[in-house]
Amino acid sequence: MCGVVGLLIRDPALESRLGALLSPMIEALSDRGPDSSGIAVYSGGAGSDPDHDTVRISLGSDVAVPWPAVCSGLSERFAMVARPVPSGAVLEVPTPLADEVQAHLGRHWPSVRTVATGRSVAVVKDTGRPEHSVRAMALTEWSGYLAVAHTRMATESAVTLLHSHPFVPAPDLCVVHNGSFSNYASVRRSLMARGVRFDSDNDSEVAARLLAERLESGDDLDEATRWIMKELDGFFTLVITSATGMSVVRDAFACKPAVVAETEHYVAVASEYRALAHLPGIGAARVFEPQPEEVYTWNR
Amino acid sequence: MEPLNCDDLSVREVNAALRSLSPGASARIDHPRGRHNLAVGLADPVTITVAGNAGYFLGGLCGRADGIGPDIEVDGFVGWSVGENLMGGTIRVHGSASQSAGSSARGGTLMVDGDASLRAGISLKGGTVAIAGDAGAMAGFMAQAGVILIGGDAGHGLGDSLYEAVIYVGGSIASLGADARVEELTDDDVLVVKRLVALTGFDHIDPSRVHRVASARQLYHFSTQHHGVY
Repeated sequence: MCGVVGLLIRDPALESRLGALLSPMIEALSDRGPDSSGIAVYSGGAGSDPDHDTVRISLGSDVAVPWPAVCSGLSERFAMVARPVPSGAVLEVPTPLADEVQAHLGRHWPSVRTVATGRSVAVVKDTGRPEHSVRAMALTEWSGYLAVAHTRMATESAVTLLHSHPFVPAPDLCVVHNGSFSNYASVRRSLMARGVRFDSDNDSEVAARLLAERLESGDDLDEATRWIMKELDGFFTLVITSATGMSVVRDAFACKPAVVAETEHYVAVASEYRALAHLPGIGAARVFEPQPEEVYTWNR
Repeated sequence: MEPLNCDDLSVREVNAALRSLSPGASARIDHPRGRHNLAVGLADPVTITVAGNAGYFLGGLCGRADGIGPDIEVDGFVGWSVGENLMGGTIRVHGSASQSAGSSARGGTLMVDGDASLRAGISLKGGTVAIAGDAGAMAGFMAQAGVILIGGDAGHGLGDSLYEAVIYVGGSIASLGADARVEELTDDDVLVVKRLVALTGFDHIDPSRVHRVASARQLYHFSTQHHGVY
């Protein structure tokens, strides 16, 4: 199964409640994917101040890492903010220091992996049910303008933190997937032959990397998503987010569910309506199911 | 009976309370909030009102083989597979229904006042699926018996691999599925649709102007002349 949720805030007054609104959304879908979870929150801060060119780096690992020690080591060595989350860490790094910070991590903490970079996005992944991660990271206290989350029922590759969604194949670009692809190994081989690097052997990561490659080559999101339909054989509801907005697309047979609720205050998408039922003003929202093979995009 | 409040009761508790109703009794389910499996497996003729939007499998497995069953009304929309394997009674959804509405139903009547998403009436084995509005792609896929009435437009692949179920469409048909064909409307068909309009109240449907879709029965048998396409 797997569960996907996305929430784009339109009313700035709701931004402080983003995490509080998102938490019950992903927890409602816990039974669709009890294996692992991933939560991406977009907010200002790192990238919003033109005088301080900083990059936000999210870290994770498949082995136990003393994240408070990693963070204190980084903030003692570099003029930067490092925060344990606690299944990983989120760093705010002055852009000129980014390479040095990565080199430092490689030397001192070789099992640490970068799970996301960007100016706006922070990503927290963990194994186990999403409510565990929601509590551990105190998601209800997080604010922001956009969030996407995934709860995974693993079907084709290992249950580890690095196999968890969202996949972040380019800065601030997140992809979560409910479904499965059958020909992903051959598509991954051709991507690797073109120099694309992978963090896991997960089928969804192939779709994410293919999407990023097409966007990099100049496709718009609609064209890039059609490339996924052309190259990859399988079933999907994909939620794709960037610093500017959120998109949803379903396969030709709409094999995997998706429901959208749209009001003037927010746009929310979820695998099932019960993940949306608590949202403010849901009774008056325009609630609909995305049509197969149609790319829906909402911008900030 | 006091209204059954889904904010206080589990789905299992709600269904246990419904199963304890005597024939002829009624109950209301409050704050369903999209919960799955509400009002399933009820055999007796009771009246259930769902005050809000329900999730998957609403009213599934209800009714008995003799066609007796509960009358369930939903003041909202429903998720996948409303009335799956319905045996008897009625389900009325005042909003729209998601995918696979009335799948595998053997009896009873499912009425959807709004639209139905993909695969409405998939593998229907009897009974009636009536949709006032539009139906998504692949409605009536492999339906074996029973009647599907679509008041609005039908999506692509209508009636793909149909057996002996009959589909009536008031609006347009985006495309027919394999082995489905539009057939001439007979007086018997008009009478069937007239009765369905009276039963459902879908009086925007003109019984004499619907399209009848049924199986061309070309997939019933293998043909050695066509071995290349199998």
